[in-house]
Amino acid sequence: MSTDKKLFSGFTRRDWLKSLAGLPILGSVWAAGLDTTKKSKLEKELLLERLNIKASPPPPSGSMAGDPVRVGLIGFGIRGEQLMRALGFATQEWMEAMAKSSQENPNDTRLEDFKAQENLNVKLTGICDIFDVRAENALRSFNTPDNPCKRYNSYLDLIHSGDVDAVIIAAPDHWHAPMAQAAVEAGVHVYVEKPMTHTISETYLLRDAVRRNPGTVLAVGHQHRQTLSFLTAQDAIAKNTLGHVSLVVTNTNRNDDNGAWQYPIHPDANTETIDWNAFLGNAPYEPFNKEHFFRWRKWWAYGSGLSGDLLTHDYDRINCVLNMGIPKYVTASGGIYTHRDGRNVPDVMQVNMDFPDFSTGSSQESGKEQGMTLVYSATLGNQFDRGTVLMGHDASMELGNILTIYADPRSTQYKDMIQEGRIDPSVPIYQYDPSADGVDAVTSATAKYFANKGLLWTYRDGKRVDSTFLHIREWLSCIRNGGNPSCGINEGFEEAITAHMAGLSYKIGRRIEWDAENEQVIALPGEDLDAILLDNSVNYQS
Amino acid sequence: MSQPQPLSSAQTTALVLLRLLVGWHFLYEGVIKLYTPSWTAKGYLLSATYMESLFHWLGSDSMISIVDTLNVATLIFVGAALVLGFRTKLASILGIGLLLLYFFAHPPFPGHPQGATEGSYWIVNKNLIEAVALLVVYLFPTSLTFGLERLFHKKEIQTQSH
Repeated sequence: MSTDKKLFSGFTRRDWLKSLAGLPILGSVWAAGLDTTKKSKLEKELLLERLNIKASPPPPSGSMAGDPVRVGLIGFGIRGEQLMRALGFATQEWMEAMAKSSQENPNDTRLEDFKAQENLNVKLTGICDIFDVRAENALRSFNTPDNPCKRYNSYLDLIHSGDVDAVIIAAPDHWHAPMAQAAVEAGVHVYVEKPMTHTISETYLLRDAVRRNPGTVLAVGHQHRQTLSFLTAQDAIAKNTLGHVSLVVTNTNRNDDNGAWQYPIHPDANTETIDWNAFLGNAPYEPFNKEHFFRWRKWWAYGSGLSGDLLTHDYDRINCVLNMGIPKYVTASGGIYTHRDGRNVPDVMQVNMDFPDFSTGSSQESGKEQGMTLVYSATLGNQFDRGTVLMGHDASMELGNILTIYADPRSTQYKDMIQEGRIDPSVPIYQYDPSADGVDAVTSATAKYFANKGLLWTYRDGKRVDSTFLHIREWLSCIRNGGNPSCGINEGFEEAITAHMAGLSYKIGRRIEWDAENEQVIALPGEDLDAILLDNSVNYQS
Repeated sequence: MSQPQPLSSAQTTALVLLRLLVGWHFLYEGVIKLYTPSWTAKGYLLSATYMESLFHWLGSDSMISIVDTLNVATLIFVGAALVLGFRTKLASILGIGLLLLYFFAHPPFPGHPQGATEGSYWIVNKNLIEAVALLVVYLFPTSLTFGLERLFHKKEIQTQSH
């Protein structure tokens, strides 16, 4: 000790100062950092506590154990192939193409993801496609000793074969309801692509058939129901986070030929390889036409344009969060402005769906707020991403893979917190990224920048979550374990009626009204709404 | 080689100031990250626009927690060392390494996407300038004049004189 003292005996006050002055700086900087993080954490916790939104992904569907479900497929086109992969069946051609693609681009993990997909314990026992090339292509890959698979020339033969418990329908729109109804009447479970039906009358007939056969499970192919953030969105609405939502905007923006349904025409397509009459079905007679066969979405006779094809997804997504049902009024306009190629369905379309009696809740005096409009705005000539926004008096919710809520500067319920500077309306008050550790409030601009680029996305159990896979799995779980699919006959009924009202309003040029009490789309005297909906002669280019 | 001219006290003061301020910056960044458990460099690494394979590997699920921990630990060590005036040579080298990693993940090279930045940069940005500032700190050690090392230095002189 005494030597130590001696050691520093030459030290002046100045020496000590120069040696140790860094310590208080270190202490101050450290304390400042601790204080800042503590404060912002407290603010965040306060806000999250106040909002009290429960962030949860949808519950997983039930077990896939038991006897394999025997599935038949009707329609092995573009969507049919995608659905088969979700079911666990990929063609040799696709596997080879993906293997090649992943060799060229290591970031392409589509093949890896497919192989890692859970086995749904199904047998693909039957295929029906009226184009020989597609049917044979399916058989070549799927008819194996392990999975004997047969081709049927007619969907009725497939449904009544006794070899299928369930069918997946990926035929053109005008075939959805007739096929689904035949299957349901035969006690065969159905997964039908959207829109559920092609006409108003079919919608009632199919609903009646399902009601008469409660043992069969019918699911409509709105895989967006599996979006991880939707339960969280529902809870935010239930907690009145947004206040009264007066306007919801959704949209479609595409700008390529494929997105405009200008699909390739197969070189081997001819009257020998295609059963043309089976394609036409109840559609008006038309001589063999390859373009109509491969690009059927472009004509009202077989497809239903933007309202049936894409509005239905957006409508159903909002219906799934708000459960607002069928709009009282639908007004639509648009035209063929970007693909004047002989089609008769519009490629630019705006649809206003009015719900005058609906309310998500209110933060103001009772009776002041009521009613909501859902706007669907679409173009097939531009792909600027506009996002889906639910606009309430108190806050706006951006609904995507990531759910983000911004307080409104003029909000009633957040008025005090905004005045105190504790809420900045330009910074999200809530953000739910199902892939991240959970919930965040008041995220920084950079964090949002990275999140929006999808970079913080992680996969559940290391696997990419494919919503179509989850949707089919849910349907199979209902078949095996009971329960109702998230998009069943009632949701499908609402989706189909809304889509048909939009199509009608576009074609007639009038506001279309729904009589909720009598469950009727109101027609003027002498007006046959289904005939108008199906009318294939109207050419809006004139 | 001729003897280097001794630094004037104003020059020394400027160098000490540079060392302290860079240390201050490192320390504060490190402390903020330390007390923000949800903080991660994952987004920064995965969005790298240069030397992607290295940064994507660093940002991968198996690496990211080690990378985050090392980053925070290094930031705090470099900051504390520069502020206190202790092992400043080692701290400068580590600091330069860290800054170059930040720099090369999102370099302001012509034709590279700039993402979210608060200014306009061409080839040179603040990360690079701070790295060069640390090079100066490395080459002109000042902790004998101002810092903990002065204690040990004095101690040595005292010991030798006995």
